[in-house]
Amino acid sequence: MRTDARLDGLLRRLAPEVLGALVRRYGHFEASEDAVQEALLAAAKQWPERGLPESPRGWLITVASRRLTDQLRSDAARRRREGATAALAPADAQIALAPDDREAAARDDTLTLLFMCCHPALSAASQIALTLRAVGGLTTAEIARAFLVPEATMAQRISRAKQRIRADGASFNLPPEPERAERLRVVLHVLYLIFNEGYTASSGPELQRSELTGEAIRLTRAVHRLLPGEGEVAALLALMLLTDARRPARTAPDGGLVPLAEQDRDLWNRDAIREGIALISAALPAGPIGPYQLQAAIAAVHDEAPTAEDTDWVQIVGLYDLLERVAPNPMVTLNHAVAVAMTSGPQAGLDLLRAVDADDRMVGHHRVDAVRAHLLEMAGDAEAARLSYRRAARRTTSLPEQRYLEARAARLAETS
Amino acid sequence: MRYLLMIYMNPTVFETLSEEEQAAVMDAHAEFQKPIRESGELVGFAALADPSNSKTVRVRDDVAAVTDGPYVEAKEFLAGFYVVDCETVERANELAAMIPDARFTAVEVRPVMNEAGLEM
Repeated sequence: MRTDARLDGLLRRLAPEVLGALVRRYGHFEASEDAVQEALLAAAKQWPERGLPESPRGWLITVASRRLTDQLRSDAARRRREGATAALAPADAQIALAPDDREAAARDDTLTLLFMCCHPALSAASQIALTLRAVGGLTTAEIARAFLVPEATMAQRISRAKQRIRADGASFNLPPEPERAERLRVVLHVLYLIFNEGYTASSGPELQRSELTGEAIRLTRAVHRLLPGEGEVAALLALMLLTDARRPARTAPDGGLVPLAEQDRDLWNRDAIREGIALISAALPAGPIGPYQLQAAIAAVHDEAPTAEDTDWVQIVGLYDLLERVAPNPMVTLNHAVAVAMTSGPQAGLDLLRAVDADDRMVGHHRVDAVRAHLLEMAGDAEAARLSYRRAARRTTSLPEQRYLEARAARLAETS
Repeated sequence: MRYLLMIYMNPTVFETLSEEEQAAVMDAHAEFQKPIRESGELVGFAALADPSNSKTVRVRDDVAAVTDGPYVEAKEFLAGFYVVDCETVERANELAAMIPDARFTAVEVRPVMNEAGLEM
């Protein structure tokens, strides 16, 4: 089991480098990606039996190149049979393999691949799937399991995404400078979505999904290594570490959600918190303030408090004020309202909720009802709070949230 | 987000269709499935037998009683379903509108509950 995990780690780390080397040499992103996936599967099968090759990276490049050239040759033969006029001679094994790509090239390749997989023409679901496979080195079966869809469905999603990229004529180069910041924002958002998929999963049938948080952190760490000067990259990594640190405390043994205020803080992962705080502390003074920096700073304030009562809510309110200015969004307003209730009382929080009530995007959203219920409970209006909890419970599509909200409502029914 | 697209059937409406129209509905399902299978949105589907084939099971005082026929007696009944995985409910509604039965009866779009939860 241990060896498998180490082998998986090695293969996943090498995957983008091998794919980068292939695409650089042959073009054909779509076919190269398939060839690398086949080489990874072959390695996972053969290496445990025959031992690691001397150069695992070289082995993978050789095997993937062979698959790719076979594929391109048979495609060309088919085209000739079908009478296509200009069957392009495929780049094949005649092209001498460069002894070893320089490390710098491998580094750029990983970034270029990330930008490609997070192409703005793709849906979020496709960006996520393709990133996990082409950059993360996960198999289609693993990704399908994590997202609870049949493998065939995931395979289709990936192949459709690759066709889309080809149709868009994307070249294997870093996006030009004027687009780069916007494209990086998309990459970070995709990594954030992968993290959230895993983080929000509770125990039970979706246990495999928790692996996604590990993958998201690993990939974000890689981007941070490649772009150490980007404050938002460091901040996203910090946000993930500071959030994931609380994971052992956020679910009860029965799978129920434990709210932040009631979590056993001894269970929090101190190493992750230390690393997250160091990252965000270095990023904040360095450059323009972005939304991930503010979110990471808020997470850091929570994680630094030895008890829930010690939380520095004044600082959190200040950070939410800034966040509402930098990245206004009704979800931010909801969290802001909770923080304001902690510093200025529940009525001040309920007043802030009115802005969210007027927002079309949030009509019928269970989180508005859940926050209102919480603030009404703080204000001592048990009956109104109970009704809001019940409404939120009916509206959520999450089973653990529903259980939590029903339990809160039931508790109020008993006391009133 | 996954959605269950529930296809409702009303036999009295279906019987008013000509043979060609009825065959067209069946063909249209195959046409509906192709693009959403290719896009990776189709998770699963099934057509259900007529409710005259149904058995309804009730357990009272630990004793199971089985009766013939459906639990809810109504003119309309669930004739089949698709499970799709879509980015937005708007997209799920758009897919529902592409199901041929939506033209005669209706397709109900319901979110499938998930295990993801945010701490509150």
